[in-house]
Formats: sequence, structure tokens, C-alpha cells
Amino acid sequence: MIDARRLSLYVPEPEVRPGNKPDFSHVTIPKAGSVRRPDIDADPESIRDLAFSIIRVLNRDGEAVGPWAGSLTNEELMEGLKHMMLLRTFDQRMLMAQRQGKTSFYMQHLGEEAVSCAFRRALAPGDMNFPTYRQAGLLIAGGYPMVEMMNQIYSNDADPLKGRQLPVMYSSKEHGFFSISGNLGTQFVQSVGWAMASAIKNDTKIAAGWIGDGSTAESDFHAALVFASTYRAPVILNVVNNQWAISTFQGIARGGSGTFAARGLGFGIASLRVDGNDYLAVHAVAKWAAERARSNIGPTLIEYVTYRVGAHSTSDDPSAYRPKEESEAWPLGDPVIRLKNHLIRIGTWSDERHKQMEAEIRDTVVAAQKEAERHGTLHSGGRPSMRDMFEGVYAEMPPHLKRQRQKAGV
Amino acid sequence: MTRMTMIEAIRSAIDVSMGHDESVVVFGEDVGYFGGVFRCTQGLQQKYGKTRCFDTPISESGIVGTAIGMASYGLKPCIEIQFADYMYPAYDQLTQEAARLRYRSNGDFTCPMVVRMPTGGGIFGGQTHSQSPEALFTHVCGLQVVVPSNPYDAKGLLIASIENPDPVIFLEPKRLYNGPFDGHHERPVTSWAGHALGDVPDDYYSVPLGKAVVRREGSAVTILAYGTMVHVAEATAEEVGIDAEVIDLRTLVPLDLDTILASVKKTGRCMVLHEATLTSGFGAELVSLVQEHCFYHLEAPITRVAGWDTPYPHAQEWDYFPGPARVGQALRDMMEA
Repeated sequence: MIDARRLSLYVPEPEVRPGNKPDFSHVTIPKAGSVRRPDIDADPESIRDLAFSIIRVLNRDGEAVGPWAGSLTNEELMEGLKHMMLLRTFDQRMLMAQRQGKTSFYMQHLGEEAVSCAFRRALAPGDMNFPTYRQAGLLIAGGYPMVEMMNQIYSNDADPLKGRQLPVMYSSKEHGFFSISGNLGTQFVQSVGWAMASAIKNDTKIAAGWIGDGSTAESDFHAALVFASTYRAPVILNVVNNQWAISTFQGIARGGSGTFAARGLGFGIASLRVDGNDYLAVHAVAKWAAERARSNIGPTLIEYVTYRVGAHSTSDDPSAYRPKEESEAWPLGDPVIRLKNHLIRIGTWSDERHKQMEAEIRDTVVAAQKEAERHGTLHSGGRPSMRDMFEGVYAEMPPHLKRQRQKAGV
Repeated sequence: MTRMTMIEAIRSAIDVSMGHDESVVVFGEDVGYFGGVFRCTQGLQQKYGKTRCFDTPISESGIVGTAIGMASYGLKPCIEIQFADYMYPAYDQLTQEAARLRYRSNGDFTCPMVVRMPTGGGIFGGQTHSQSPEALFTHVCGLQVVVPSNPYDAKGLLIASIENPDPVIFLEPKRLYNGPFDGHHERPVTSWAGHALGDVPDDYYSVPLGKAVVRREGSAVTILAYGTMVHVAEATAEEVGIDAEVIDLRTLVPLDLDTILASVKKTGRCMVLHEATLTSGFGAELVSLVQEHCFYHLEAPITRVAGWDTPYPHAQEWDYFPGPARVGQALRDMMEA
């Protein structure tokens, strides 16, 4: 007879909770410049180590070091800094607008600005992102008008989505930004399909899928990896590991069991792990993956190691589940400050000019906000028509919807 | 014009569409080299190549999810879920993504896609090879739902569905794949060769979505049916000698309400017939619409004959399937009401 000892269930817990001292001692941070840069046609099997390390370019002194350095010019870096600052300021204003009751909801990117802003620069016109709700940097760095984003957030009479979508669920085909859905993980596998279509048509365009650490637990994450690998789809599969999925720490999605990047290895996908708060490293890795996809070599999975500094959304209060000062203890620092320090270090920037740019950016965003608010906010001013509610369910309105619209008196 | 089974008609529709439009791609489990477990895609990979017709991993959400991505790129995927019973892992992609892409992006992205799935019972398929999940799709705004009942319609409706700018759920009653079936399981199997609707044009034609057809004209009662039940209704009307008008809905969304209402106003009686389980089935929607629009013309309560509210059983197949005995009794009861 076997030993009939009673079993017990293991439920992971974060190391610290509110009231405790933040502790990231378990996060191993390799030295900047220490991770090798393989050729873009490297066999996934031959670069397994890259899924367990962290590719970093900027060191503690703000220098760009190692084989991943040098993918951007100083001018491009300056522009990158501006994009991140624009996104941060945009977030601040929209967060405030939500608190003022001008919209129902907002989600900020605080601490994660480098990921989407630097990634966008590695794509070419015509490429398509399948983002989550926390990659607005793709739009900002891609030159999408900020006023349009605000119109969407306000659901006003100029809202490009006619008031049908929750704030921040943008869509712009023209800017390579697929329509955001509230359903997590769904877009990850769609990005693979889009990339397969590009390959079927012998096109030159590539796709990028996006997912957070928590959503890797969704079944579509698995489906995306198996399809991407089976058909060698020209896609970059991005996992943004910001440590938190609302209140659940990444351990609930079984992060820390190896890495999220390592999950790509089981599917035979080249997998890299990168410092998500290092603008230079994010760009270099994204560029590597984009070249790999464009050369028809196949997909790449990238894990961005970062930290969600802000609340999950305007409906969330993180002090209920994690220490307030945890973000300050995060060992990879702040992406804006790190790039700023680098630019100062190489002599193309200064604290004074940074302050000046902060003021300029604030003016730009406030001006955009004023323009957007001329079209109304959620509860006052212009709003999409009730007729718009019935349009666009189908290309052609079927009889039953026509009857309903008539009943509604529009 | 060629005598075709429903399988051959479906294959012909896909063939014509792929020849006609290079953006049509076909994939699913066992769909490529092997030509499908029901042979609906046989020969297409050889004819159009592996990048137009291919096998996929066993992942329904992967099949539908990648198809949505392809459709948003500009292709027209015509994909297969091996059995409608196995569409559930893809339900998230179908209902939250495909159905709403046009609406939520204000037309910025669209999803011209057909999801073919063999449906229905009558084949000893048991619980997971017999289901009729159409009501789970008709309830979802943004989807269109088609159920053909014969080879001619299957080809024309499938071509129309592939050309449709929005996602279509195309449910193929597998009991009708090789021949019509009137529910008389005790009789020998018949083939489409002896049926007028087995004559199918070889070339392009389409049957518009949203249009029902009267299969049997009658004056005593209207029977609303689709798929296999159309044949059950026609046969039963003859057997019990009740002059029923049988309407084959063909498309559940958009629904041809005009044809339904004209018939019920004429006959004054209405029976709704489907294989799917009764409670909250599509029949409930039909009953509600007829009641709302024909209240003053009705001479009897509207009757529903449907599958029982149980999972589809194996051994009790013919106790479950709404065959001629149950339909005939319900017709007689209705006429006495």
C-alpha cells in the first residue's frame, strides 16, 4: 500500500505585501553589455542562454556598452526621449481628466514608456502591431495625432470610434495599430495570422503581437506560439513583464519558473529577454527581431523586464496589495531618467534643456487637450450620435437592426 | 450541371471561390493534404498549393484567431472547425473578436471570413459529434449564421458567404452530406442522385444570404425549419396528410422575416422545428417574432418541436432526434387546437 499522506495545495505569494520593505534581491540583473549579440539567423537552440539573461545597453553611469549598443543615432535618441516624455505627460493629463470626470476610465504607462516607444522605431511603414491597452507609445512614437487619442478617450463628437469603445481602446490601421479589444490574449494569435497572410501574399510586411505577463496564462498565448513556430510566421511576439497583473504578482502566472522568454524555447522560437527600461536595449532587440522576421527566418519572442509603476487603471488602488515604495526599489530604474542621463553623459543634453523640454511638452499636450475638449467630453459637450450606435455592426444593416433603429427613434 | 452530394457541392464552392479570388485561403485540421475528414477540401491543396490550403495544429482558437488576423490583413479565410461541437475553444475569438471587429474599429478593420462547421445529429455521433449550437451564434451581434439543407443551396450559400464582407458561421448538417434524410432511420439511406436539389451548376453562382425559400406550399400550417429538419418536415407533412407549408430558412441571421410572416398570416398556424435543444434555442426567437407580428392571425398556440434539453445521447439517438413521429403528432395536435 502507498503512503496515504494528505496533500496540500501550494499558492504562490509575492515576497512582500503592503507594510513590508520592498525586496527585489531575487531579481538577477546582469551587467550592461554582458549579453552576446548573435546573428539574426541564429538557430533558436543555439541562443537558449538569451532567454534566461537580460540584454542591457545602458550601464549605471549612463554609458551605452556592449554588442547591442549603437543601433540609434544621437538624434534618434533625442527623439526617443521626447516620445517617452510625451507619453508620460499625456498619461498625467488623461489621468487627471478621469479624476475630473471628463472620462470614465484611463490606463497609464508609467515606467513602461521605453517598451512601446523604442519598439515602434524598429518597424517600417505598413507593419502591423496587435497591441494591448498599454502600448500607446506605438501611436505616440508613430506620429498618430494626440488629439485623436484624446477624442477617443473622451468619446466626443470627433471620436474616431464613434463612442463605441472604452477609453484607450484605440484603432488605427494607417498607423499600424490594430483595434484593441478588452479580451486579453486574443490579439496575440491574430498577429500571427496577419504575419502568415503577409507571407502567403509574398509581402515584405511583418507583424508584432503584444501581451502582458499575466495574460501569458491565456490559452491564446499558447496558440500563438505554436502557430508562429509551425508556419515560421514573420512576427515578433512581445511579452511585457511588468511584474503585476492587476493585483496578482507574476508568480501567479508562474513567472519565475524560468522566465517568460523561456516559454518560447519549447516551441522552437528564438527568445530574448531585455531590460524594458533601457530604451537603447529595447530598440536593439526589436530591430534584431524585425530583421529576423523580414529575412523570413521566423518569429522571435521577446520578454521586456519592466515594472508597472502606476495603478493598473483608474479603477485600481495598488496600495491594497503591494508596498507603496516598491517602484522606487525596482532595480532597473526609470526609462526616462536613464535615457536622459545617457544623453547628458554623451554631451548632447543637459538638465536645463530637459526642464525646458518638459515645459514645452506640457504646453503641447495641454493644447491638444483643449482642442479635444472643444469636441466634448464624456458627460458634456459634443457626443457621437445615437444613430452611430446602430451603424457598423455589419457592412450592410440587416432588417432587424433597421427595425430596432426605427424603434429607438433615430 | 452535375449531380453532386453536399460534400461535392461544398468542395465545388470553395474551388470556384479560390479560382475566382486569390485572397481566399482554406485551412483547418486535416483540411490540407488529406482533404478533410469529410472530404470537403479534397484536391484543393494539390490544385492551389500549400499556402492556399493547409493543415493546422489542433487548436480551434488558433485557427479562428489566425484567420481573424489574416482577414484584417485583407485575405478571405474560409476555415473549418472539424465538428461544431469543437468550436467552443474558439468561441472567444468568434464572439468577442470576429463579430465585433468592424463595429469596435468603426470599419478601420473588418473580418471577411467563413467558419465552416459540420453540425447536427442523426449519425450516432453521441455528445460531441451531434450538437447544433446555432443559437450560440445567432445571439451574437455581428455574426451571420447560415444552414443549408441541400447541395444546390450549400454551394450557392457558401460562395455568397465567402464573398460576404463580414464573418459567417456556416453550419453544414453532416447527416445531409451524402443524401437527404427525412428522419426515417429505419429505411435505407438515400443519395442526392435522386433529388432535384442534387443538380448543381459547375460554375459560379450564389444564393443570397437572408432569403428563405418555401419548400412545400401549403395552407393549413407553416413549419419553420432549417438543415435536416426541412426534409423531416416535408416528409411528415405528406405522411400525416396535413397541408403544411414548409419554409427552409437557410439563413438564421439575417432572417427573412417577410417570407415567414406572409406564410403564417396565410395559414394561421406555426410550428418551429429544430434539432437543437429546446430552451433558449433559436426556435424561441422565431416563436417570439411570429407571436409579435402575427398575433391576430394565429388560430393556435405556436408549437416547438426540438431536441430535448439533454446532452445529445448515443444509444437513445432516435428517441432524441425530432423525427417524423414526434413532428407528425405535434402537427395533428396543432390542427385540433
